[in-house]
Amino acid sequence: MRQTKTVEIMVGVFVVAGMAALFMLAMKVSNISTLNDNNGYEVTAYFENVGGLKVRSPVTASGVNVGRVADIRYDDKLFEALVTLKLDRNYHLPVDSSASIFTSGLLGEQYVGLEPGGATDDLKNGDRIKITQSALILEQIIGRVLFSKAAEGNTK
Amino acid sequence: MVEWLARLGRAGLSFFQRLGRGHLFLLQILAGLPGLLLRPRLVIQQLYSIGVLSLLIIVVSGLFVGMVLGLQGYNTLVDFGAAQSLGVVVALSLVRELGPVVAALLYGGRAGSALAAEIGLMKATEQLSGMEMMAVDPIDRVIAPRFLAGAIAMPLLAAIFSAVGVWGGYFVGVGLLGVDEGAFWSQMQAHVDLYDDVLNGVIKSTVFGFVATWIAVFEGYDAVPTSEGVSRATTRTVVHTALAVLGLDFVLTALMFGNH
Repeated sequence: MRQTKTVEIMVGVFVVAGMAALFMLAMKVSNISTLNDNNGYEVTAYFENVGGLKVRSPVTASGVNVGRVADIRYDDKLFEALVTLKLDRNYHLPVDSSASIFTSGLLGEQYVGLEPGGATDDLKNGDRIKITQSALILEQIIGRVLFSKAAEGNTK
Repeated sequence: MVEWLARLGRAGLSFFQRLGRGHLFLLQILAGLPGLLLRPRLVIQQLYSIGVLSLLIIVVSGLFVGMVLGLQGYNTLVDFGAAQSLGVVVALSLVRELGPVVAALLYGGRAGSALAAEIGLMKATEQLSGMEMMAVDPIDRVIAPRFLAGAIAMPLLAAIFSAVGVWGGYFVGVGLLGVDEGAFWSQMQAHVDLYDDVLNGVIKSTVFGFVATWIAVFEGYDAVPTSEGVSRATTRTVVHTALAVLGLDFVLTALMFGNH
């Protein structure tokens, strides 16, 4: 009888350890603590070019993560990319905030940076951010540099 | 020539017969699972010998795999000035791949072989037929508890493996190599997704546990009841488990992460 008791206790410890490991993976390793999906409001923004932006890319304001990219689609009427941003309900930004697409580090992934404007009204669910700046495309910049160099060469 | 063809045909037939027996056997086990609700003690006993006794090798291997990942990842990442991503490298490789796969391979070697040998020996010493004589179904009484215990234990073992591995990577990365502690955890949390990574890892390990235990109990039950037959069954269990786990891992990875 004592034998089975020890066995049962050991199995209990094992199951608890396994659950604790799963819990640790969920809480400490993964992103569950950062944002809850059904907890926030959505705003949209049109970009000329989204570059390497992806769904679930972070949205930041002053470098703080305030939301995620919920959806990216191409608007074939305006010929621009329509990006839906899901922002955390706890953060309020002025209605004339601007959105830009930045790259974290030289080779890092791209994210949306929000810069607050001066309006007193806050962005609400379904609002559109009007001032946007597209992603920098490395090839375009290189092309521009080459073009200006060539132009310099011609004037000499 | 005809003789050769006949031998080929015989091999093919026996292969498919085994495959069919294995699946019928699985159906019998699944039919025996509800009866275990009345006898949970049988499952707990097996959880002890399958799960608890495998803990040591799982924890030690997980720790060292995580530490090696920390060292190797650091050496590669530091060249790109990205040593702060070490946490991401360690956590993603453990949670997505190494946790489920290595834990399943260890599980096959540690618990699967023991299961096959035990059941094979029960058959060889006619304990299973003895049970049948007493109108006790050996599948309900012997096989089903082991199967259920294995299927429960494997995801837990894989989770423990991954968690311990992440800590191993943390000790080496932060403690030994001086990666910033905050960056280690925050980068990890930013890049590891609960559903895409952690949950898919759990699904993987559940599938592996199911298949590895199925192979082990079937090989034991289907063993030729001699000492040589039991030894063959044990070997086959380890080999087939490893092959099935690695093959399934590719399929599951392609299904889970293929469309990115």
